[in-house]
Amino acid sequence: MEEKLFGHSVIRKEGRDKVTGRAQYVDDLAFPGMIYGVTVRSSIARGRIRGIRHGDGIPWSEFTIVTAADIPGKNEIAAIAHDQPCLADQFINHPEEPIVLLAHPDKYLLEEARRAVQIDVEPQPAIFSIEDSLAKRAIISGEDNVFKSYHIEKGDVDAAWARADVIVEGEFRTGSQEQLYIENQGMIAVANPRDGVTVWGSLQCPYYVHKALVTLFGLPHEKIRVIQTETGGGFGGKEEYPSMIAAHAALLAWKSGKPVKIVYDRAEDMVATTKRHPSRTRHRTGVTRDGKLVAMDIEFVIDGGAYATLSSVVLSRGTIHAAGPYFCPNVRVRSQAVATNAPPHGAFRGFGAPQSIFAIERHFDHVARAVNLTPEEFRRRNFLHKDQTTATGQVLHEAVDLNGLLDRAFKESDYHAKRKRFARENSGATIKRGIGFSSFMHGAGFTGSGEVALASIVEMEATSDGCVRILAASTEIGQGTNTVFSQIAADALGIGFDRIEIARPDTRSVPNSGPTVASRTSMVVGKLVEAAALSLKRTLLESGFLCDACTEDEFVRACRRYIETRGPLRSRSQYEPPPGLYWDDATYSGDAYGTYAWAVYVAEVAVDTITFEARVTDFVAVQEVGKVIHPVLAAGQIEGGVAQAIGMALYENVVWHEGRMANGQMTNYIMPTAADIPPIRAFFEEQPYPFGPGGAKGIGELPMDGPAPAILNAIENATGICLRETPATPEVLMDALLESMTEKAGARG
Amino acid sequence: MADTVSKVDIECTVNGKLSRFQAYPMARLLDVWREGLKLTGTKEGCGEGECGACAVLMNGAIVNSCLIPAIEADGADFRTIEGIASGAQLHAVQEAFLECGGAQCGICTPGMVIAAVALIERHPHPGDAEIREGLAGNLCRCTGYQKIFAAVVRACESTGRNPPENR
Repeated sequence: MEEKLFGHSVIRKEGRDKVTGRAQYVDDLAFPGMIYGVTVRSSIARGRIRGIRHGDGIPWSEFTIVTAADIPGKNEIAAIAHDQPCLADQFINHPEEPIVLLAHPDKYLLEEARRAVQIDVEPQPAIFSIEDSLAKRAIISGEDNVFKSYHIEKGDVDAAWARADVIVEGEFRTGSQEQLYIENQGMIAVANPRDGVTVWGSLQCPYYVHKALVTLFGLPHEKIRVIQTETGGGFGGKEEYPSMIAAHAALLAWKSGKPVKIVYDRAEDMVATTKRHPSRTRHRTGVTRDGKLVAMDIEFVIDGGAYATLSSVVLSRGTIHAAGPYFCPNVRVRSQAVATNAPPHGAFRGFGAPQSIFAIERHFDHVARAVNLTPEEFRRRNFLHKDQTTATGQVLHEAVDLNGLLDRAFKESDYHAKRKRFARENSGATIKRGIGFSSFMHGAGFTGSGEVALASIVEMEATSDGCVRILAASTEIGQGTNTVFSQIAADALGIGFDRIEIARPDTRSVPNSGPTVASRTSMVVGKLVEAAALSLKRTLLESGFLCDACTEDEFVRACRRYIETRGPLRSRSQYEPPPGLYWDDATYSGDAYGTYAWAVYVAEVAVDTITFEARVTDFVAVQEVGKVIHPVLAAGQIEGGVAQAIGMALYENVVWHEGRMANGQMTNYIMPTAADIPPIRAFFEEQPYPFGPGGAKGIGELPMDGPAPAILNAIENATGICLRETPATPEVLMDALLESMTEKAGARG
Repeated sequence: MADTVSKVDIECTVNGKLSRFQAYPMARLLDVWREGLKLTGTKEGCGEGECGACAVLMNGAIVNSCLIPAIEADGADFRTIEGIASGAQLHAVQEAFLECGGAQCGICTPGMVIAAVALIERHPHPGDAEIREGLAGNLCRCTGYQKIFAAVVRACESTGRNPPENR
């Protein structure tokens, strides 16, 4: 093979199965004797369970019924903390908390039975907002409702204010957001004391589920097996929650002795599973008269919901990204994740960064105005450059060219001409047009020492017919893991794409390559794939069966001869950090990430002042993500992320009623359709990252970060309305526009 | 309810083959396909006619099979995703989805392919607005739709029907 696959848009590995409907998702599987499971949940937010009553008219003896008392090991969904039960025992901490599980062969009867279980609860005071949690209106978690707090301190912020000519303050909020993968959560379990527990399901992180089941059943590791089925989207929603549904299916299977399938319907999935953390960010920024940053003081708070789950890590990423891609000598970021009586908020693409980046990128338009600079000129004067330090004191050793990204984004979007034209044409028009942008970065991989702690492993094995199988726990969830890994391995081995097989992620047969999260799969695990492939090839070369510049046929023959004479041909690689990375968890300083992706996004909007609808009419996304492995997949990641973020900015409004999502349907929780999404034009500047495969960096989460502030900046440009919160629904725009008209009328009067 | 209503005989054509089965009159056609006929390519996304993952062609028109009661299937002609390719030969829309990156996680793909086939059969050379309108009943959370729009255009080009000058 002379032609490299890297940089070429080969056909998606499992694409044919997907376009023909043959791909097997969990709900497409049926096992002999399989029965169905459902979850009886809390209807209230907080209280003490007094009793459980099984109502009349249901043949209860036919049902498998599981409560906390049936759990063989610990009643805990193992994560970072140990606070979340698998089934509520005595106390309820959020609406939709699971309490009882039922299984039966008849789905329809099962639904009637679920409604017939009555949970008698003595209500307790509950809290539903960041403010109530911070004010300790009720203590619902630990001593102070705080799951985690961080403090970043760079320079001397307190002393720096005196050098600021202008100080600008602002408060910003982001609402919750549902991941809304189109495939609902689902699991099938087979479990018995002899064979242990096996689950098949829709998930991102097989070893997270494995850990949860080991804890729940108290069984040895080898007695628990987790197998990923084709997964219809994750976006973080299938990072930690699958542990819960797998635990439930497994408990029912264990007690009934039969395979049990639990697949949520859309309403249950929306109200009961995790969503993006709502946030509040306060900025106080000191600048000189000529627009240089002097001091930044940032307070970032997220609502974690009722249990800790991943909130500490979401908070970490949001905290580190809160100061944006700017150089400021004096920075303080204080952050907290607090408890409320809502279902736990969890992982969602971007993982805290979209929240804090929304705040700074809105705020910086205002700071620019306060020093009479354009938004772009203010940013240009403060962009991070090579050899400067980030808020955590990380020295950027690679070239960073935010000015170049900004230039390209403005050119592709025709920013300046449009800004002028819109200003001219808006006067008197009922549809006001505007253009805005954001500049931002996203750290790839786990934070700080996270990748070292994961110590991810990839294995590879060759077959006697010259195929090479990649063994990794990294999952294909639509983003292209199978395809990208195959490209990397095929190039390293010098063989064709079709000779690479991807082993199904199954904890019995694949090593732990870490979770499929944090924009780490292509960059971190992909590098391990490359290393394992090179190691396998080295083994063949050293054996003498293969010469250096081989043809594919020679590779096939060499594999066969090696396996016939020497036995299995396998290789293995394990993560080693790039040299020189240093991180201090105690002071939250140092090299937060091995590298960052950088971007400037431009949004154009049209705001209808009659209907109060805002639409995005054009979108330009320029980014530097290292070398692009697969242009179509990479653009697909950007376009899909931008679309989700347009949803976050304008449409997706989780309506809360006492901790419960009140609009848990696709009918009234509105995600963008084909008719709502503008042309999204993605451009890549390629700056090779030496420690990614072929120079690639992580890409998956980046496009979630920038669109919301760019869109709300554009709305402010179009209308003069300053919105400080997402989503900007027509109701929000109506209130703001009417208020501004009243103020103007008042000023005239 | 199921225990007071009996099943009825239903005869319809599914992917060119005559199919006879018994179903409760108000059973969702989606469940009849998936559980009765083992045609699991048709997916459930929302169960309320919003997402289009369960789209099939009924007498040539696109419908959401989660909203069609089984009784309405009697005498009708259906195409599901399993009937779009001709054996190993993919439909031009399926080929275009592969080439353009129109499928990511794949869960909306069967319904999206059905919608694209229905659109192209109606408008052999749809413009941008027609493509958007034609696919607006099918939600995709992965792609941001751009690659799907491109796939529809590519499929129209490759089928070569109604050359642009005749539009």
